Amino acid sequence: MKIGIPRALLYYKYEKFWTTFFDQAGIEYVLSPVTTKDIVTRGESLAIDEACLPTKILLGHIDWLIDKCDYVFLPRVEYAYRAQMCTKFLAQIDLVRNTFRDRKIQLLFYNCFKKGPRAEFKAFKKMGKFLGLKNAVIKDAYTKARQAQQYFEMFRSQHQLEVLKETKKNKVLVVAHAYNIGDKFIGEPILRTLRQLNCEPILAEYFDAYECIHQAHEISKTLPWGYNQHLVGAIAKYRDDVDGIVILTTFPCGPDSMVNEMITRKVKDKPILVLTMDTQDGTAGLETRLESYVDILNFKKEHRNG
Amino acid sequence: MAEKINEEIVACFPQWGNYSYAFKFLIERGFGVKYLTPPPITRRTLELGSRHSPDYVCVPFKYCLGCYLEALEKGANCLMQIFGACRLNYYGELAEQILRDMGYQFQFMNMAEIKWTSPRSIIEHMKIINPNVSITKVVVALPTTIAMIKLIDQFDNFLRHNIGFEVNEGDFEKLQKEFYAALDTVENKKQLKRIKKTFFQRLKKIPVNKPAHTLKVGMVGDYYTVQEPFSNYYMEKEFAAMGMEVYRDMNLTNTIIHNQWKKRHRFAKKYAKFNPGATATFTIAEALSYVKQGMDGVVQVKSFGCTPEIDAMPILQNISNDYRIPILNFSFDSQTSETGIKTRLEAFYDMVVARKNTTKGDK
Repeated sequence: MKIGIPRALLYYKYEKFWTTFFDQAGIEYVLSPVTTKDIVTRGESLAIDEACLPTKILLGHIDWLIDKCDYVFLPRVEYAYRAQMCTKFLAQIDLVRNTFRDRKIQLLFYNCFKKGPRAEFKAFKKMGKFLGLKNAVIKDAYTKARQAQQYFEMFRSQHQLEVLKETKKNKVLVVAHAYNIGDKFIGEPILRTLRQLNCEPILAEYFDAYECIHQAHEISKTLPWGYNQHLVGAIAKYRDDVDGIVILTTFPCGPDSMVNEMITRKVKDKPILVLTMDTQDGTAGLETRLESYVDILNFKKEHRNG
Repeated sequence: MAEKINEEIVACFPQWGNYSYAFKFLIERGFGVKYLTPPPITRRTLELGSRHSPDYVCVPFKYCLGCYLEALEKGANCLMQIFGACRLNYYGELAEQILRDMGYQFQFMNMAEIKWTSPRSIIEHMKIINPNVSITKVVVALPTTIAMIKLIDQFDNFLRHNIGFEVNEGDFEKLQKEFYAALDTVENKKQLKRIKKTFFQRLKKIPVNKPAHTLKVGMVGDYYTVQEPFSNYYMEKEFAAMGMEVYRDMNLTNTIIHNQWKKRHRFAKKYAKFNPGATATFTIAEALSYVKQGMDGVVQVKSFGCTPEIDAMPILQNISNDYRIPILNFSFDSQTSETGIKTRLEAFYDMVVARKNTTKGDK
């Protein structure tokens, strides 16, 4: 049995977790390649026009995987950091199943629909039974996978804190969801351009989630989405350590459409650039905007230094 | 500050269908403060709202913000917002922030802030509307409010099924106006019962020329767009003018008072195994039940970018293919043209009629 993991949406949140689990359980898997223009075009033709860009990319990846594996791995997670998630995560299984109905898609999933600490393990146990694994194997693989993910995130955030402290370049806090900034098609051009312009991109996504969420209320009190709480909290916590903030959104992201407005209204002391990505290609416009933004940062720095 | 305390509290909830009469009863009889019936939505409301909203937020937010602005102009000083399972959960805080940045002074009761497990939090938020609120009065007023909402839904449903077939044009609308005028003066449950009796008798007496087999169309969609007639460009009226019977199950009675979520979820299992979030379950289950009831077409209305409804669309397409029934999708933004909608509706009507004729021929 071969499992296909689409490199989209939740993969960027759980990459070490999933791959370690399947490695430990001895299950063969295949990862879809990094997002290319072909995958986006394919996904665009499969999805509803109005659907958001990450959904289109997900459908493109599944389209690539569907003939190369027996089961496509697509879990359903209802809560992030004990808070609500965007409804596209709740609907993605049914969406994919109905979109690929004619091609007889087989889905492998775990359904984590409760808030409690044991909910995820229970969901994994159920999935493990479906795969024909023994209880001990599931438990062992799950524990190791959780640890791997935890250490991965910990080292990532520590490394970023070191960079934040040591670098002499312009520090730009890039606020974007994991599945946007990690994606080759959406996030990569922006990080590359920022580095070319002699800036150090600091990713809000890489900071420790719970530490950030504790401070999210400074900007917004009733923010319902867990992932957005994380990002907004990172702004609240590290806004004094960076020179500017770049917000990266995809069109037409539901939560971001409102949260970005809130951030621009509440955070007035740092220059903010809001970039909205669409399926259109060509990065010339993006580079121009980032260049003029970095010019402002440099100008401010000179002004401050006298 | 002294002036502000002496100021009379005028509460307001955004315009939403015809429910403002029920909210008025609850606020005036229960909470004991004045309620401003929000002015009916016009083009200006939408323009005001979209000028101050973020670009691609869903349209209901723009309507709500426009409604708040118009209500503040008319003297409201205590605004309210409910919570929900989608972006609706964040409406309150963002709208409050935008209005405060514009320099307005007001109280804001945001239900998304309430911790529903703690009675203290609930009472604290009730005190935002009226600092001297009497809980007993609110509790006494609640059953009548619920009865009133149910009555409004019943009345509107009757209208929806019959308004296209009236003999003398304008009979139903005239009675509807009288009905709401009567609701405005209700003081207790007894009066409400009397109104129910008299008006339903009068409703049934209105001459109707209804053929045995009419064209039936079901409406589904997101919570606000399907319920607020302005935001779907009076689509129900358009259908009535074409001589169609309109069915719509999405209302307060079916969602909050008698929550049918579990029933709907079970019904939709064949197409949506898990809960797709917010109103998507209702949309799928209702479309499926309309199809099974033998309706001639289903229309989905939604605001542009409504994530749960977009996720329901591939499922609706599959239902449409399986049962060979036309399902029309409408996506409304603040700049939708009216002529475009009319053209699509006419095409849909032609399709429904053609389908009806061919199926008759088969029999």
